[in-house]
Amino acid sequence: MRDVAVIGIGCTKFGEKWESSFRDIFVEAGALALADAGLSGEQIDAMYVGNMSAGRFIGQEHIGALIADYAGMTGKHIPSTRVEAACASGGLAFRQAVIAVASGMEDIVVAAGVEKMTDVGSDESTDTLTGAADREWEGFMGATFPGLYAMIANDYIHKYGMTREQLAQVAVKNHYNGARNPIAQFQSEISLDTVTKSTMVAEPLRLFDCSPVTDGAAAVIVAPLERAKEFTDTPIKVLATAQASDTIALHDRRDISTLDATVAAGQRAFKMAHLTTKDIDMVEVHDCFSIAEICAIEDLGFCKKGTAGKFTADGETALGGKIPVNTSGGLKACGHPVGATGIKQVCEIVQQLRGTAGKRQVDGAKIGMTHNVGGTGATVAVHILGRV
Amino acid sequence: MTVARFWRHLPQRYNMVGTKCETCGRHFFPPRTFCPDCRRAGKIVEHKFKGEGTVVTFTVIHTAAEQYSMLTPYVLAIVKLEEGPQITTQIVMDPAKAKIGMKVKSVFRKIATDGESGIIHYGTKFVPVE
Ligand SMILES: [Zn+2]
Repeated sequence: MRDVAVIGIGCTKFGEKWESSFRDIFVEAGALALADAGLSGEQIDAMYVGNMSAGRFIGQEHIGALIADYAGMTGKHIPSTRVEAACASGGLAFRQAVIAVASGMEDIVVAAGVEKMTDVGSDESTDTLTGAADREWEGFMGATFPGLYAMIANDYIHKYGMTREQLAQVAVKNHYNGARNPIAQFQSEISLDTVTKSTMVAEPLRLFDCSPVTDGAAAVIVAPLERAKEFTDTPIKVLATAQASDTIALHDRRDISTLDATVAAGQRAFKMAHLTTKDIDMVEVHDCFSIAEICAIEDLGFCKKGTAGKFTADGETALGGKIPVNTSGGLKACGHPVGATGIKQVCEIVQQLRGTAGKRQVDGAKIGMTHNVGGTGATVAVHILGRV
Repeated sequence: MTVARFWRHLPQRYNMVGTKCETCGRHFFPPRTFCPDCRRAGKIVEHKFKGEGTVVTFTVIHTAAEQYSMLTPYVLAIVKLEEGPQITTQIVMDPAKAKIGMKVKSVFRKIATDGESGIIHYGTKFVPVE
């Protein structure tokens, strides 16, 4: 296998982009990534596009071809493939691009992620997102996505006794980071009270425990490491790519508040990179709900099971802490355009490793990790990236 | 949901009919036609569940999808059936009294309606055992 490097990144501002169409936003992200790598479109050999549900959100399928077309790449007839794994679609698109280059099959490959979620009303987006869980046996019984994560939260609280305030600190910290990220949907800090007094969605989760509905796109360009210096002075090497699956329904899991797919993907990634948690300088985890970040940092091994609430409240996951988590603001503050999230996570880690993350820069960052979850943990993608 | 899609699940939804693997004794609800433990060696047969179980975890849904919004706030739970499998279901009860570890039993109830003129979905919910 060949070593693979990220040579370009691009990300739109995340938010309610009512004035822009699906095509507008992915073209914007793609153009930013090409400019960042100093590439022209003709040099691209293949594309992988993470997208969860354009069919439901905008009534458009056949996204691989659409994106290649509007990115102006039909002249060369490059292969362009849509990758779908609910909210992990972006992470898997990145993994497919890395595998294509590592195998020697392709040289310069774009991994993109895009979702336009605000073209439908909130009832329809709630229903569409339920498709990431078991529609027949969870959705049919009245389960919503926040409802499923709320059941994870209650199981966790019952077993480990985390306080409501500790859980809320996840959102407070991520909004603090988001306020330092120019592309974030929410760029204002919030207090503990904002979270614990916000509207109840599914007990114990309130509105500020939940990531928002977001429009956005992100793109990264990967190439063989041996060619990376042709394009950039700061190539970022892909040290590991790992993926794992689990039962589609939450009720079939071995332990409701442990995401075994995160455990498996994390272990595989550390093994592939010959690294441990101590080597990681910062991590972007999938905080679609505050409880998801609590589970993620434990399941990846950054703290012991049952201790992440205290770990977070003690500031260990904040900028300047033992392991900064979600310096981008995470899904909570940066926004969660489902198919784009996994790619945005890679963009954030690349910025950190280049030393260009501005006010949220982690000093001396050398190695970073991303963690992208589909559904309630039925698919997980984990990547480790490092400075060359 | 279309009539056909709903109708395919009638025995399961109305009568809690699942399956079990006679090779290893493991029960499945919703039914599976393939045992994850025994794979090709598994012999799958139909099994009617007693409909008794224990609440593993729950939440009270305040914001629901449109079809379920007239039910809010409602208790959504994962119930471990006596035969072993866990299912997602609603518990018909005062949400303030819901507890992890509660004993529950199945009842036949209306689940949702597809708009004003759509089909009415029936199925199994649970109630606390006094
Ligand atoms: Zn068996």
